[in-house]
Amino acid sequence: MKSMGKMLLKNQGFSEIVIGNTALVRAMIESKTRVITSYPGSPMPETAEAIKSIKKENRPFYFEFSTNEKVATEIAFGAAINGHLSTVFFKSVGLNVAADSFVQLPLMKIKGGMVVVVGDDPGANSSQNEQDNRHYAHLSYMPVFEPSDPQEVYEYYKIAAEQSQKREMPVLLRLSTHVCHAKQKVHFKAYKEITFDNSPKFFSHSENHIPITSKVFPMKKRALNRLEKLKDYANQTNLNQLVDNGNKDKGVITAGLPYLSLRDVLEDIENPPDILKLGVVYPLPERPIKKFLQEHKEIKILEELDNVLEKEIKVIAFDNNIKTKIIGKQDLEDWVNEYTPYKVKKVMQKTWPKIFKLEPEVENLMEVENRPAQLCPGCGHRSAFYVIKQVLSENDITVADIGCHTLGFLPPYEMGEVLLSMGHSTSTGTGLSLFNKERKVVSFLGDSTMFHAGLPGIVNAVYNDHNITLIIMENGTTAMTGHQNHPASGSNFNKKIKPVKIREILKGMGVESIYETDTYAQSKLKKIIKKAINEEGFSVVIASHPCMLKFTREARKNNNFKNNKVIIDQDICEQIHECVEEFGCPSFSIKENGEVNVNKDLCIGDGSCIQTCPVNAINIKRTEGGIK
Amino acid sequence: MQKKDRLNIYIIGVGGQGIGLLSEVLIRAADYAGLNLRGVDTHGLAQRGGTVQSHLRLGEGIHSPLIQKNKADLVISLERTEALRGINNYLKHKGTIIYYNTSWQTLDVRLRNKKEVQAKDIIKAAQKKEAELIEVYKDDLKEARMQNVVVLGEIAKRKMVPQIKREDYLKAIDDLMKGEKLKNNISLFKAILD
Repeated sequence: MKSMGKMLLKNQGFSEIVIGNTALVRAMIESKTRVITSYPGSPMPETAEAIKSIKKENRPFYFEFSTNEKVATEIAFGAAINGHLSTVFFKSVGLNVAADSFVQLPLMKIKGGMVVVVGDDPGANSSQNEQDNRHYAHLSYMPVFEPSDPQEVYEYYKIAAEQSQKREMPVLLRLSTHVCHAKQKVHFKAYKEITFDNSPKFFSHSENHIPITSKVFPMKKRALNRLEKLKDYANQTNLNQLVDNGNKDKGVITAGLPYLSLRDVLEDIENPPDILKLGVVYPLPERPIKKFLQEHKEIKILEELDNVLEKEIKVIAFDNNIKTKIIGKQDLEDWVNEYTPYKVKKVMQKTWPKIFKLEPEVENLMEVENRPAQLCPGCGHRSAFYVIKQVLSENDITVADIGCHTLGFLPPYEMGEVLLSMGHSTSTGTGLSLFNKERKVVSFLGDSTMFHAGLPGIVNAVYNDHNITLIIMENGTTAMTGHQNHPASGSNFNKKIKPVKIREILKGMGVESIYETDTYAQSKLKKIIKKAINEEGFSVVIASHPCMLKFTREARKNNNFKNNKVIIDQDICEQIHECVEEFGCPSFSIKENGEVNVNKDLCIGDGSCIQTCPVNAINIKRTEGGIK
Repeated sequence: MQKKDRLNIYIIGVGGQGIGLLSEVLIRAADYAGLNLRGVDTHGLAQRGGTVQSHLRLGEGIHSPLIQKNKADLVISLERTEALRGINNYLKHKGTIIYYNTSWQTLDVRLRNKKEVQAKDIIKAAQKKEAELIEVYKDDLKEARMQNVVVLGEIAKRKMVPQIKREDYLKAIDDLMKGEKLKNNISLFKAILD
C-alpha cells in the first residue's frame, strides 16, 4: 500500500494521482506553511485526511480542527501576525461563520502571510446554498486566485502564499467542489526541510492592529493600495492564459472549472472562439482583458454562479470606450447550478446558437426516482425520530439543524421543518414559540454543531426564559463530514483529551431541566420527551447513541465486528409494516405481495428495530463465527 | 492517442458499496497502463445511502473531469436501480453497461410509492440505446462489500478497457490496500479473472 503521508513529505519531485485537496497539502508543505486550521465541511475535509496521513511528529506544521470557522480563522490570523505563514480552510458557508473576523484581515499587516482557502459549492452538492464567495473578497478587499484543476490548486497555492508573504496581505484561494475532488496526475516539485524561526514577531508598538474610529481610514487605504499594487501583478502573471484559436470575431472570458468544461465543449466546434482564462479573478487583470475585448467583436463572459466578472468587465469596457458586444448572463438558469460541460454547452448554445448545437433529447423508457441520502442502518437518530414523532401531535413544530439528523426531514419521519444554518435551531425555535400557545416547538441540534454555533442560542433561551424543547442528537462525532472529533469526543486532531461534558456545559449555562438517554431505550426516551415538551420553560433532552457507521467501521478494522443480522419470522409477521413504513430502516425490503425481508448487504445486526414490531416478528440471527 | 481511443467511464452505485475504491483502482490501473486521465467522485452526502457517482476519463486532450450527458462509453453500476439511472443519464448510444445485479430499494419503493426496477427493465433500457449489457452476480460471495471487486474482475477479464493489463490492475490494488484486506481482494480478483 502506498503511504500518502510519506509521499507528501518526499524531498525529491514526483508525480502522483491525487485529488485537489491532497495537492493542496503538498503545496502548503513546500511553501513552509506553519499553522493550518479548519472546521470540517464538504468539499474540504479530505485536506485534513491528507494531513492526518502524515504522522503528527513528522508534520512540519501545526494543524487543528477548531470549534468553528471563525475560531479557525482567528488562530491562523494570530499565528500570521506573529510571523508564521498560515492557512485556514473551510467550506463555502463556513465563510459566513468566519466573516466577522475574515473581513478585517485585509486591514491588517499580516507579517507571516495568510492564505484563506474556501471550497465553494456550485451545484449545492452538500451545502444549503450556492453562495459565490467572490463577493466576500470584494467587500473586504482581499485578492482571489482561482485554480481549475488539481495541478493548478498546487501551483496557485504556492503563488498565493508567496504573494501574501511578500505583500503582508491575506489572499483568498477559491476552490469549488469538483476542483477539490478532481483527480489527475499532479507533478510536484522538490521539497527541502528548513529550521523554522519560532521567535514571536508580534510587536504592537511598531504596527497598529486596532482598527477603531479614525484609525480605520489609514488601514482601509493601505488595503486598497495593496489591492491596486496586486493588480500590476495580475496584469502580467502567466496565471492568466490565452487560448488563441485564431478567431478575430468571438472570444470567451472565463475562469476555474467552467474553463475546463468549455474546452471540452469546444472540441466539436468549427472555428472555436478564443479563450481568456483568468487565474486572478480579483482584482481583475485589466490589461489583458482590455486587449482581449479590443481584439474581438463579441465576448462571452462564462462564469459560474453570479455575474461578478461580467459587471466588472462591462465597467472596463465602458470606461475605455470599447464597443465590443459583451454577453453575460442571459436568463435565470445561467445563475443556477454547476457549470459542468453539459451545462456549459447549454449556456453557449443560448449565446451563439449558430455555432453550438445541442443533441436532441432522447426520451428514456422508464425514469428513476431520486435516491436521497438517508440515515444509515442502526443510526441512533432513527430511533429518536421514530419515538419523537409518536409523542408530538401533528400540529407541533419541529426545527431542523445541520448534521446527519437533518435527514429526519425526509419521510417517513418528517421531523425538522425549517433549516437556516449551523446552530440556528434553538433560536429559530424560540422565535416560533412567541405568541404561540397551541403548537409546541421542538428544536434539534447535533453535538458538534452545538459546540460550533449552538451555544449562544441555548444560553439565550435560558437568559430570556423561552418556552421550547431542545433535543441534542448526540452521536459523539462530526458524522456527516466524515467523523471528525469534537470537544465531547475525547480526542482532538492531535491527541486524546478529557472530553467536555455536554450536560455540564448546559448546567453551567443555567439550563435547569436536562434529560438524557440512549435513543435505543425507546420507552424511556418516550417518557422523557413527553415530560420535557409538557414543561413550562426551556428544557433540553440529550438523545444519545454513538454513530453506528463509525462504530461498525472501527469494529471491522479491529476484527471484532459481530456480523449479526435481524431476520423476520414470516410465520409471525402480519405485514403491519411498522418496520418499513414508520421505523424506516433501509435494511428492510418489501416485495410486491407485501412480504418484508431483510437486505443482508445492509443490516448491521444492531437490533434497534426489534422493539418496534407490534407482533414481535423480528429476531436477531447470530451469524456463525460472529460472536467472539 | 487519437480521439477515437478515448474512453469515458461512468461509475454509479449507492453510498457504502465501495464506488470510491473501484474508481480509484481503475484510475490507478489506467495510469500504470500509461494513459492520460482525469476523474472525479461526486459524493455530496454519499456515505448516507444516497447515489454515488464517479467519472473517469481516459486518453489525450481531455479537460474536464466530468463526462457529458449521454457520452459515457462504459457505465459501471454496482446496483440495479442505479444501473438504470446510469443508462438513462450517461450511457451513449451503442455503449456498454455492466452492473452487479443486487437491489438496494429506494425509499419510494420501500414506502410502496414506486415499483422496484427489475432486471428486465435494464435489458429494455439497454436495448433502446443498442448497448451491450453485462449482468454480474456472484452467488457464493460472502462479503457484500466485495461486490465491487467482482465487477472489477469482470471488467479486467473481458478487457473492457483494452489498454489496461492484468498486472496494471494488480499493481493498482496493491497501492490501495494492505494486510488481510489486500489478500482477500487480490484472491477474489484473480479467481474471477483466471
